Amino acid sequence: MAATTLDAPTHGSRTHKDAPKHDWGSPTIYFIALLLVATMLAPVVYIILGGFRTNAQITNSPAGLPAPWVFSNYLNVLKGGVFWQEVVNSTITAVATTIGVVVLGLMASYVLARYRFRGRGAMYTLFAAGLMFPMTVAITPLYLMIKNLGLVNTLPGLILPQIAFALPVTIIILVPFLRAIPDEIEEAASIDGCSRLGFFFRMVVPLSVPGVVTVGILAFIGSWNSYLLPLFVLNNEASYTLPLGVQAFASQYSVDTAKVLAFTSLSMIPALVFFSLFERRIVGGLTGAVKG
Amino acid sequence: MNLLADGGSTVAVLPPSGAGRRRRGIGWAARLEIAALSGPAIIVFLTFVIFPVAMAAYYGFFSWKGYGRPTDFIGLRNYVVIFQDGLFIDALKHNAVIVVLSLVMQGPVAIGLALLLNKKMRGKSVIRVLIFVPYVISEVIVGTSWSLMLQTSGAVNDLLKSIGLGGFAHDWLSDPKIAIWSLMIIISWKYIGFAVLLFLAGLQGIPVELHEAAAIDGASYWQIQRRITLPLLGPTVRIWAFLSIIGSLQLFDLVYIIWGQYIASTAGTSTMATYMVGNGRNSGNFGYGNAVAVVLFVISLVIALVYQRFVLRRDTEGALTEGKK
Repeated sequence: MAATTLDAPTHGSRTHKDAPKHDWGSPTIYFIALLLVATMLAPVVYIILGGFRTNAQITNSPAGLPAPWVFSNYLNVLKGGVFWQEVVNSTITAVATTIGVVVLGLMASYVLARYRFRGRGAMYTLFAAGLMFPMTVAITPLYLMIKNLGLVNTLPGLILPQIAFALPVTIIILVPFLRAIPDEIEEAASIDGCSRLGFFFRMVVPLSVPGVVTVGILAFIGSWNSYLLPLFVLNNEASYTLPLGVQAFASQYSVDTAKVLAFTSLSMIPALVFFSLFERRIVGGLTGAVKG
Repeated sequence: MNLLADGGSTVAVLPPSGAGRRRRGIGWAARLEIAALSGPAIIVFLTFVIFPVAMAAYYGFFSWKGYGRPTDFIGLRNYVVIFQDGLFIDALKHNAVIVVLSLVMQGPVAIGLALLLNKKMRGKSVIRVLIFVPYVISEVIVGTSWSLMLQTSGAVNDLLKSIGLGGFAHDWLSDPKIAIWSLMIIISWKYIGFAVLLFLAGLQGIPVELHEAAAIDGASYWQIQRRITLPLLGPTVRIWAFLSIIGSLQLFDLVYIIWGQYIASTAGTSTMATYMVGNGRNSGNFGYGNAVAVVLFVISLVIALVYQRFVLRRDTEGALTEGKK
């Protein structure tokens, strides 16, 4: 008897099998969950299905299902060059922003987490205070500065400010992560002849991957969806990113609702794929940060 | 994340680095490393965040169309005009309503959902991904699709008619009595996923042993949630409320996309930010737009500081004793 209670499987089962009602939960929970999912998804489903209908179908029965299914809207958008140009612009901007944020943020967080020097607190406060400066407040001078730098209608004109504005959140999430790396590892590395920079590249970078993934995804999605900055910086259709493209498309084809819906649903795919792949990581990364 | 909102006293929150580092002292090599590693981030941050914000404060004292250098110094006149403009006062009121309603509408629901999704149930991970979908798609997509659905001849009214509730069909977007509620529903739908995400992360930090101990003592599920989970989730909820308040004060994208700058003020959904873009950049009054930005910033800052002083303060104190994990 004693042996069985100490058995690892029995121990593990305590959380799973002990109370069978927890395994499936009550029907009420599933009902609420279903209702919830339906509410959250209905508008998204409406956009996707609307793209498979004709304008006549949409006018006659705005909330109906496609009957028959029409694929021409999606095919037309996919065949046109505008959509792909905007996908390319959005991708370049989001990838460059993400890389910039991760590289700069990781280096600065490493200094804040593991070096001891005068002004460390001030430096942290500077970045933390950045949370109080949303882009909305700075947008007009930012636009003028970008204009003076000759970066209007260019992607760097988006990328550089986006990196700068994403740094505060990045640093606040990464510093606790890097500080949690035990000193013993650093001492061991130093005994083995590893310099502090070597320690950074060989130990810190690999160990901070979970935090980096979190901030990377947040930066990517933030950039992918960003609207205010492109609205100011880009005024030439060839340099549009997807959000501006969706809006331009919606006003240009305001009578062709079905095509607008097709364009809209295609443009949300990348962010959705990205997020569903890494959702678990984001919750994990935030857990560290929330606990402080 | 108590670090996050701790502008003033962050120095105290940063614990001293381990003793292992101290003995190396800080030679010029270490100084060089510090400069090389943190320099790029500081330069980018100062150039593209701090400098523009400072310039906004400077430009706000000028009547300026954005060409050449601002020369027409008018002191505080922009600020006087702002507070005499009924449209700005309206926008400010709308912001206040949005702040309060966001907290009231999203907070309780999000806590409930986080508790639900923290329970053991099948398909939990799928649901978790799905409820974040609205948070992940862009404001432009949300705005475009909701405005199509909420049109007088849109899907929502059609759906209401087809289930026999045609009497509830409304002009959701332009009726000033209703538009703000439409906006609130869209905001809640869009951002509740973020609240749930934060709360789930907070729930992971609550030790399971506490629940088990309470369960052994005979506490029911609801008692455990009320007496243990909710109090321990407090810090996360207060951080979320902080982020939500700041976000509501800065709200721009959704309103601008759905209503545009002109309709927003007649529909009663304009915000300080849409007022700023409409009366600043879009009308070529860059000096005035910057003054509005400064007002917006000062209001946010004062609210943030008051909130930190009176609400978040105890979290920072508590964090040292409670959150050692």
